[in-house]
Amino acid sequence: MRQQVDTVMVEQRAASFTRRSIKTESKTQGLRLALSMIDLTTLEGKDSDEKVRSLCRKAITPWEGEITPPLPSVAAVCVYPSLVAIAKRALDGSGVNVASVATGFPSGQFPLSVRLDDVTKAVEAGADEIDMVINRGAFLSGYYDEVAEEIKQVRIACGDAHLKIILETGELETLENVRAASDLAIEAAASAGPIADGEVFIKTSTGKISPAATMPVTLVMLDAIQSYFDKTGVRIGMKPAGGIRTAKQSLHYLVMVKETLGNDWLTPTLFRFGASTLTNDVLRQLVRQHTGRYTANFDFSEA
Amino acid sequence: MSRLTVPKTYKLYIGGKFPRTESGRSIPIQDRKGDTAAHICHASRKDFREAVEVAAKAASSWSGITGYLRGQILYRMAEMLEGRREEFAAAICVTSDTKIAAARKEVDASVDRLVCFAGWTDKYQQVLGCQNPVASSFYNFTVPVSQGVTCVVAPDEPSLLGLITLIAAPLCAGNTVIALGSQKHPIPTAIFGEVCQTSDVPAGAINLLTGKRADIIEQIADHRQVASVSAAGLSKKERVTIEVGGADSLKRVCFSALKNNDWYDARLCASPWAIEPFVEMKTIWHPSASR
Amino acid sequence: MATETTTNIQATGWEYSAAPERFPISIEETNKLFIDGKFISPKSRKWFATTNPATDEKLADIATAGAADVNAAVASAKKALPKWSKLAGSERAKYLYRIARRIQERAREFAVLETLDGGKPIKESRDVDIPLVAQHFFYCAGWADKLEYAFPGRNVQPIGVCAQIIPWNFPLMMAAWKLAPALACGNTCVLKPAETTSLTALRLAEVLQEVELPEGVVNIVTGAGDTGKYLAEHKAINKLAFTGSTHVGKMLMRNSAGTGKRLTLELGGKSANIIFADAAIDQAVEGIVSGIYFNQGHVCCAGSRLFVEEPILEEVIQKLTHRMKSLRVGDPMDKNTDVGAINSRSQLQTIEQYIKTGVAEGGQLHEANNQQLPSKGNWCNPCFFTDIQPSHTIAREEIFGPVLSVMTFRTPEEAISRANNTPYGLAAGVWTDKGSKVFEVAKRLEAGIIWCNSYNRFDAASPFGGFKESGFGREGGMQGLKPYVKLV
Repeated sequence: MRQQVDTVMVEQRAASFTRRSIKTESKTQGLRLALSMIDLTTLEGKDSDEKVRSLCRKAITPWEGEITPPLPSVAAVCVYPSLVAIAKRALDGSGVNVASVATGFPSGQFPLSVRLDDVTKAVEAGADEIDMVINRGAFLSGYYDEVAEEIKQVRIACGDAHLKIILETGELETLENVRAASDLAIEAAASAGPIADGEVFIKTSTGKISPAATMPVTLVMLDAIQSYFDKTGVRIGMKPAGGIRTAKQSLHYLVMVKETLGNDWLTPTLFRFGASTLTNDVLRQLVRQHTGRYTANFDFSEA
Repeated sequence: MSRLTVPKTYKLYIGGKFPRTESGRSIPIQDRKGDTAAHICHASRKDFREAVEVAAKAASSWSGITGYLRGQILYRMAEMLEGRREEFAAAICVTSDTKIAAARKEVDASVDRLVCFAGWTDKYQQVLGCQNPVASSFYNFTVPVSQGVTCVVAPDEPSLLGLITLIAAPLCAGNTVIALGSQKHPIPTAIFGEVCQTSDVPAGAINLLTGKRADIIEQIADHRQVASVSAAGLSKKERVTIEVGGADSLKRVCFSALKNNDWYDARLCASPWAIEPFVEMKTIWHPSASR
Repeated sequence: MATETTTNIQATGWEYSAAPERFPISIEETNKLFIDGKFISPKSRKWFATTNPATDEKLADIATAGAADVNAAVASAKKALPKWSKLAGSERAKYLYRIARRIQERAREFAVLETLDGGKPIKESRDVDIPLVAQHFFYCAGWADKLEYAFPGRNVQPIGVCAQIIPWNFPLMMAAWKLAPALACGNTCVLKPAETTSLTALRLAEVLQEVELPEGVVNIVTGAGDTGKYLAEHKAINKLAFTGSTHVGKMLMRNSAGTGKRLTLELGGKSANIIFADAAIDQAVEGIVSGIYFNQGHVCCAGSRLFVEEPILEEVIQKLTHRMKSLRVGDPMDKNTDVGAINSRSQLQTIEQYIKTGVAEGGQLHEANNQQLPSKGNWCNPCFFTDIQPSHTIAREEIFGPVLSVMTFRTPEEAISRANNTPYGLAAGVWTDKGSKVFEVAKRLEAGIIWCNSYNRFDAASPFGGFKESGFGREGGMQGLKPYVKLV
């Protein structure tokens, strides 16, 4: 049965998280946590080897200044499959993962064989994580079995790589669709084999469609994750992506995760931000907390 | 040789039937000359309690039918009353000094009153209720709904128009009614049951008692199933009895201050503000969103 | 330089630091009565202390209004009546607009004071109470010159001097709900706040001075039950409006019998919150929480009886238990506190007694919140009971605390009849995604406010008030004007 969702109440609760007051020590801790959860992302047609190498450098050492304790690296660098190998070399030994979008990102409008091949190539090139897009056209037309089957096949193609399933919530439009797609994605991934904690994520957006991640959409997806955990004890990961640009926003999301799924999910193993500009805003806030001085844009390297 | 008349004892009207009072008591009614004109039932507390039982049972069906249908039933009552105009005019005159012309005027006004309320049954909701523009994503509206059982204590005069005016408002609102008719001039009340009986009024929706106020006023005040009381022409002591007794179940109490010609003024007697004391305002919130 | 390089760091147990509201507030050591536009010492020469229920610390002394003081207040209101009631509606409106504006401008001060004196979380006084206070004055202001349109076909007149007695659960909001419509309709008022929460009403008196409201139009007398009794039974008042317990409400109705005083009573409740299996469960759980734990459950319309359709009982309990873990109980002045202090020691004792009764009658107590409660002050862990039948004491009587009774039903008919099986009729919640069911159930529930797929929403434009023993009269909306007008 499709789980019902009431939009107004979801929005009300989502807004309540933004009214938490996160100050002093909890702010520093939260921002460090947020930094460690970022999938530093570049997904443009003009992406170059050089840009990816620069991004990887930023991922490992987000800020060159002195700060104690040292800042964490971000969780992963997220690129197109063709750049996975470059990123893999640049990140070698750093502990930062390579994530690759695949399955005909961002539209997914390719034959399944092509999409699966896309995944296989990325994994072969060294991707630790695959960010796939679901077939929204099929979903909106009600071909749920088809969507589920494709997810299952992609997960199998991933092998040991972790899988993040992008619902592209901006195209699903209603929160009920978001919930249904979340439930479907999780079940479909599970149908390919047992899931270890954090091995499968659901993700809001490609970042190519507006609106991307929003608090209400993410809340509905967190509820789906909670329900699956209640049922199975398996922890699915969550990745809001796109639209989260400020440190303050990232804290709102962390508050939301803490107050829904709980502290267990407050780890990069289970929660990620798909973002690029967020990194520098988090850094600005952290440095400001550390030095007591406000910083300028040019104090931080572009990703 | 003059024929011996067949005087009847007027009965109560409870639950769509015409029972005699369980107490077996009756009261002789004197005409203007002081002769016994008829006997009416002297309703007991037990009769009242029985009436509350049937009225409470009838409440959901009477409030549950559409306003349109309630209107047709009230209109039917007006038709039946019109058809018995002379009988009612005469009934008014039996015990009072009212001239027959004035009594006819009272019957006419009573018919018109019923017609007026028949028209309100599917409209007062639109006047008393509304949609509320709340400052959030909610669809919010207020609707008047029925209360349950209303007790009416009719004024002594005008004996028919007072009764009709006081019962029509709560009936219009979907409440079921138990009315204690004019103590001084009970015959119109006693025969009004026959109008109800032939007007498709569901059994129990209207119950008519005759007798002495002093005997049942405390019961009216105390009975917890009675949601509201509408009364006119009461003494201060009687009003206090109703308010003090009514406090235990927080009855809605409405004392009418209408006098003399006021009863003929539809603006005073048959406006939505005459119905309003007999409804509860229910406000409903629902979220409104398409996403 | 060194950096942390683990991606699989352990969950950190991220906790919120204390986030105290630091707005500086000054409170007079002695707080006088507000009569005839001035703050005056009580003729009774008596004072009582008001404390912060979260710390037990004394905040200030408040004047006790004796019979003579109440007389003076009523006389002042009576004296002010002719001029105020004849003032053009548009002019009365302007005073009310001014009040609304000043409250908005001093919102933070009012919020802090409300929380200090009453124990409710600053989050609620800041985001709910004070904004609603301002909205209420703003909303009613607009009616002052439009009354003839609210009551078509009638000449609208004020009733006269209104005695208004309010409770401690929403101190300033209740004051606004009483004063705003009364003033808009041209009445003058004597307001008595609850003895544990007088401070914001007295601060409102400062606002009334600031906006130059004519002297005597509003008088505020502080004190306990005796003061209320003097006021309620005063011969010169034309109207009595009371919000509080059903017990006191009935007493007031009895005592005012035969006086011709108009009466409005907003009394207790034992409201049902009904969750159907086809509801949006996660949001329904949210509604359960905001229904019963909002304002420590000190809410007359609290959804204190939860009815869950049997097949989803386990799921709802599981989710509710989980949700309650994130409820933050503690210092009301902390901006992250969700549940604050119980308003008074005696109320706490009442609640604790009910919890004991619930256990003694066989109910299963769930205190899902495992936080350490502060050692000083009045505190009660939010909780709920399962294994409860509608006949249990805690499922029938108003507790006025964060205590929920969870029961079940199998069919809509059963839900409706169980929900209606109470002398109260203030509010109800209905949770289902099916439109036809929403409307049918809402139609048949005997309650003045029905929250469909929501709970505890308030708005100045939305009438509030109950059926049956929850009182009569409405506050808010167009219907909220009726108790303050005479229609001729």
